[in-house]
Amino acid sequence: MARIDMQGIAHSYIANPSSDEDFALRQLDVRWLDGGAYSLLGPSGCGKTTLLNIISGLIQPSKGKVLFDGKDVTRQIPRERNIAQIFQFPVIYDTMTVFDNLAFPLRNRKIPEKEVRKKVGETAELLDLTSDLKRRASGLTADIKQIISLGRGLVRNDVSAILLDEPLTFIDPYVKWILRRRLKQIHEQFRLTMIFVTHDQTEALTFADQVVLLHNGHVLQQGTPEELFEKPAHTFVGYFIGNPGINLMPCKIEGSRALVEGASIPLPETLAKKASQASGRLQLGIRPEFCEPASENTEGSFQANVGKVQNLGDFQLVTARVGAEKFKAKISIGERISKGAQARFLFPENHVQIFENEKSL
Amino acid sequence: MLPVFIVVAFNSIIPFMTIFNYSVQDIFGPGQRVFVGFEWFEEVLNNKDLHAAFFRQLFFSFCVLGIEIPLGIGISLLLPTRGWSISLCLVLLALPLLIPWNVVGTIWQIFGRADIGLGGAVLKAVGINYNYAGNYVDAWLTVLVMDVWHWLPLVILLCYAGLRAIPDAFYQAASIDSASNWAIFRHIQLPKLKKVLVIAVLLRFMDSFMIYSEPFVLTGGGPGSSTTFLSQSLATMAIGQFDVGPAAAFSIIYFLFILLICFCFYSAFMGDGSNEN
Repeated sequence: MARIDMQGIAHSYIANPSSDEDFALRQLDVRWLDGGAYSLLGPSGCGKTTLLNIISGLIQPSKGKVLFDGKDVTRQIPRERNIAQIFQFPVIYDTMTVFDNLAFPLRNRKIPEKEVRKKVGETAELLDLTSDLKRRASGLTADIKQIISLGRGLVRNDVSAILLDEPLTFIDPYVKWILRRRLKQIHEQFRLTMIFVTHDQTEALTFADQVVLLHNGHVLQQGTPEELFEKPAHTFVGYFIGNPGINLMPCKIEGSRALVEGASIPLPETLAKKASQASGRLQLGIRPEFCEPASENTEGSFQANVGKVQNLGDFQLVTARVGAEKFKAKISIGERISKGAQARFLFPENHVQIFENEKSL
Repeated sequence: MLPVFIVVAFNSIIPFMTIFNYSVQDIFGPGQRVFVGFEWFEEVLNNKDLHAAFFRQLFFSFCVLGIEIPLGIGISLLLPTRGWSISLCLVLLALPLLIPWNVVGTIWQIFGRADIGLGGAVLKAVGINYNYAGNYVDAWLTVLVMDVWHWLPLVILLCYAGLRAIPDAFYQAASIDSASNWAIFRHIQLPKLKKVLVIAVLLRFMDSFMIYSEPFVLTGGGPGSSTTFLSQSLATMAIGQFDVGPAAAFSIIYFLFILLICFCFYSAFMGDGSNEN
């Protein structure tokens, strides 16, 4: 087990990258603490798999260093780094039994057969594979194959980290849920560093203590799921996490208030101060979850035209409009609000964010 | 059903019926025929010359497979996997496949001559007394080398296609599991090549078991009968001596034997993976 530091990592798949566009990863620094459960989240093609392969050593980064517990391993091959990696497509050795599959990484390391048998037995026990040990691996279902892949990592008790590259893509939805829980349990039991790559926010937010959000080869934000939800550092984070994503409206600052079209929204003092000094393009952001219905005399509330109202079971999703700007609000089911009417809304001060050129202030 | 029946009728049942018809009759001329039952079959099965040709043929085919399959796998593993050199290699490799059989025979016949052929002259220069026209080992080896030269590329191309179809994740996982190159070959590449290898083995077996033009052009089956393989015996019997009865019986036995061996190969390859889909 190890703390993993990535310093100034950049990677391009092109031999002689000329512009920024040629890089799959652009200059990033990330620290993965020992024993953490991390999610690496981002849209397809943002560089997640590249980042993961750089950690495991399948790819040598064009620039920067990878450190395991402070030791530079950038030029080491995967075998020397002792990493476990599970791929999107379940990889098993078809001609071998489940037992031999699990034993494979140990036998390759020339571990005595007696020790191999013991370790494989333990791992199979842990993963509920004991009854399948003698079966040929090729006839098994995708989820069991994926568990075997995981087992090939766990069977080595000294792995530095377990990297999971969208491991649930080809798994049935129902089994997916069980498997995710299993992963979480294994993490809690062994406190192994786990990095879980996914483009599915639910998967990321339920699995991880820490989420790293990657976009266009940059780390946009790293933090707990709550932090990413409540204080997105970038408009993309706000938009990518949450369903629907954050409301963004161009705004002007006037004293301690933000003006969106006709509406005047009060801001906390420190935020107002920062925003008034900002010179870039300003946007006001608020999560639909935090928008509240208000009455005539609620301080800081404003009037808006209610557009669509969708009843989504435990809440209603309201689309409203101030001037030309639309926003969405999740309103509790008890609230009476109807299409085409005028209604008052409140954006609570502590949940309002101002973004300057897409970055949170 | 009907279209299938028509196709099968044209490409096998009707020609086969002709052969079967000949094989059970003794035909002296138009309108003069005698039903002889399985006499021709008995005669063919007891023919000593044919026995010799059969074992010669069998040995030849197994030599062809024994050389072409391992060598084909080996070379396909060495081919480049990226860049412009792929196309170059594939085109160069495919060239022998485009040459007609009898031209291959002619090429090697001249190439192997000590007086005007490069190959023969070189061997003579280094002191090897090589003469395919006089020495039966030389003749036999020349036919074998010719076949390998002509058909090895097919095996290479098939294996190369099989190798390229293996997803990268397998190699990555093997690298993570610290597998040696041998372990990668043994547990990933070879099992994944199984299906193309079945095709390669069957094609090369059938083809080499029916070899005709090359030895015929090279030495006409000689010296002696050292390179007289089954097809040539058959051709001599059917066209040379016009013994259509025994030739037909022989054809049927020949066909059934190829079918049997192919079935054995196929079962042996696919048998151990019966629970795979």
